[in-house]
Amino acid sequence: MNIHEYQGKGLFRDAGLPVVAGVHCTTVEQALSAYDDLASKIVAVKSQIHAGGRGKGVLYNPETGAEVMQGGVKIAFNRDDVETYATNLLGNKLVTKQTGEAGKIVNNLYIESGCAIAHEYYLAILVDREEKMPLIMASTEGGMDIEEVAESTPEAIHKIHVDINAGVTDAQASGLATALGLDGAASDSFVTMLQGLFTLFVEKDCAMVEINPLVRTKDDEMVLLDAKVSFDENALFRHPDIVELRDLSEEEGTEIRAKEAGLSYVKLDGNIGCLVNGAGLAMATMDVIKLYGGEPANFLDVGGGADEQQVETAFSIIMEDPNVKGILVNIFGGIMRCDIIARGVIAATEALGLEDPLVVRLVGTNFEEGRAILAASDLNIHTAETLAEGAEKIVSLIGGGQ
Amino acid sequence: MAIWIEEDAKILVQGITGKQGTFHATKSAEFGANVVGGVTPGKGGQTADLGIIQVPVWNTMTEAITETDADASVIYVPPRFAGAAIIEAADAFKSVKGSGVIVCITEGIPTLDMVKATAHVRGIEGVRLIGPNCPGIITPSETGGAKIGIMPGSIHAKGRIGVVSKSGTLTYEAVAQTMSINEGQSTCVGIGGDPVNGTGFIDCLSAFEADEQTVAVVMIGEIGGTAEEEAAAWVAENMSKPVVGFVAGMTAPPGKRMGHAGAIISGGKGTASEKVTAMEAAGIRCANDPSEIGVVLLKALQDAGLR
Repeated sequence: MNIHEYQGKGLFRDAGLPVVAGVHCTTVEQALSAYDDLASKIVAVKSQIHAGGRGKGVLYNPETGAEVMQGGVKIAFNRDDVETYATNLLGNKLVTKQTGEAGKIVNNLYIESGCAIAHEYYLAILVDREEKMPLIMASTEGGMDIEEVAESTPEAIHKIHVDINAGVTDAQASGLATALGLDGAASDSFVTMLQGLFTLFVEKDCAMVEINPLVRTKDDEMVLLDAKVSFDENALFRHPDIVELRDLSEEEGTEIRAKEAGLSYVKLDGNIGCLVNGAGLAMATMDVIKLYGGEPANFLDVGGGADEQQVETAFSIIMEDPNVKGILVNIFGGIMRCDIIARGVIAATEALGLEDPLVVRLVGTNFEEGRAILAASDLNIHTAETLAEGAEKIVSLIGGGQ
Repeated sequence: MAIWIEEDAKILVQGITGKQGTFHATKSAEFGANVVGGVTPGKGGQTADLGIIQVPVWNTMTEAITETDADASVIYVPPRFAGAAIIEAADAFKSVKGSGVIVCITEGIPTLDMVKATAHVRGIEGVRLIGPNCPGIITPSETGGAKIGIMPGSIHAKGRIGVVSKSGTLTYEAVAQTMSINEGQSTCVGIGGDPVNGTGFIDCLSAFEADEQTVAVVMIGEIGGTAEEEAAAWVAENMSKPVVGFVAGMTAPPGKRMGHAGAIISGGKGTASEKVTAMEAAGIRCANDPSEIGVVLLKALQDAGLR
């Protein structure tokens, strides 16, 4: 689960971590009064969306598609600048490297006091899957795209693995400070900040904390000038305060509804809907559709023990996508019995009035019964014995590849 | 021989009185697995009704292992308690008999709980964790076998192919593919689709390499992380037996979690094509389509003079 920068900064502030003063706004008026309240000659006007690359993004008018402004993070030198930037940002569509062409509408701004920057650094905390330990990554190349840094100068990225029970030791933190060329007061400031940030990472079950840039001010203080914070969805049950920070308008509506129904759904750009049990098999089904010249419209895993009702919900979610021209159902019955799936498929297609071609592949537990139930229905349901056969059939039924 | 789990392994079920625990323990018992009892805190002294057998319930893993000399435990407890259940099982196996296999089926365990649990288990020699978020492990026998997990037992048969996979139903698909060319399985291990898990591909591959019963391995990967690439490098250096593979997620978009917590392409890393390239470079023949795994495996067996 992602949150906005202003919410991340709020968590940092509560944890006593060094951030500069800032105000969250949703209107131009609020932005102007924030400017007055902050009493900082220079402020940053920052669009708040759940995607990175805001600084280099481009704003478009969502209706006309006309370009409004370059850059989703602007430095304002006076009150008029704040008004101009806030007006250009709010309600417009911000397209960044991470949003894709669809972009995201800017509904929230963060007005932040300026700070005297001596140098920008990069800092991130995440879990290293292979080492099974938290990993801290830092670089002197702050403000840059870290993936580019990793590609061009991997030696510039310093990494330390942290024992979760011990936390970041003084030696580890000061070692990292030295590697970043920090000494004296800046090093002390870095050590305190890093230990505090790691504690927050663990206490709040973060998936990732990325600070780009982390800055050293001209007074040799380290300040968290950015806050990209995401949380482990599986741990939200123990963080009701974090759940409250969720901004559903930043998430895909259908994906939320699917999750509530116990389904895992991801919308894609193709025209063949798929309904599968198991995440790996669902991905493989998408891959095989592509292999036979089709394009999958979605990833959908109904899970290990779906019932008739969930199958119907799954169908309705797939059919909501106007691009869908045909559906492939691929079930390997284990715990899930194929006869139950077959009945669910029939009930769903009847209830929802499905007219698009439907190919169903059932194997595993009670597959003979399942296939017999489908064969006995007078609905336009095609069956297949293998995934390859199913993919080939659905692609040809919708009139070939795109 | 098979790996880690013998056909008649004595199995405990953690969370045996829960709905999932009872259901799957019953299925395991029906298949012929040697389920010797279970653990549910506060329900010690009760009996769990698994249909064809009745087994005792203990309050703690230490009591249960002491009483049964169990070889393995399987965890069906809810996500918020699963990390602690793994640690309890690891400590109990260590203190009572010095060894044991822990199979965690539970999906949705917080990642940092798994960081703590895997760090704990790693420090205990002789104790192995499989999973979480996996179908489990099965060693088929002539009459059934040690089915420790949620996989459908009936699709398996004893044989000489090892199977290791990150995914559930895709593992069943791989098993069905071995059967389609008249080959059974030595052991099938689901290592799970979470970002942080216990046993990995390399652990399984090295055990299969050492196992006399296994002559070839099917390895099923999916997007996310770099475990497949690391396994490929290990295979190139160490594996004499043929390995065939499949990687799911060629069409998965970056930045989107595809069902499994660990199945995500992030920062440009973890793509299926990178994995397949690394595996093929290591001599692992990869199928483009799970329906082709059987054919690819047959060819590998023929080339190795095994068919």
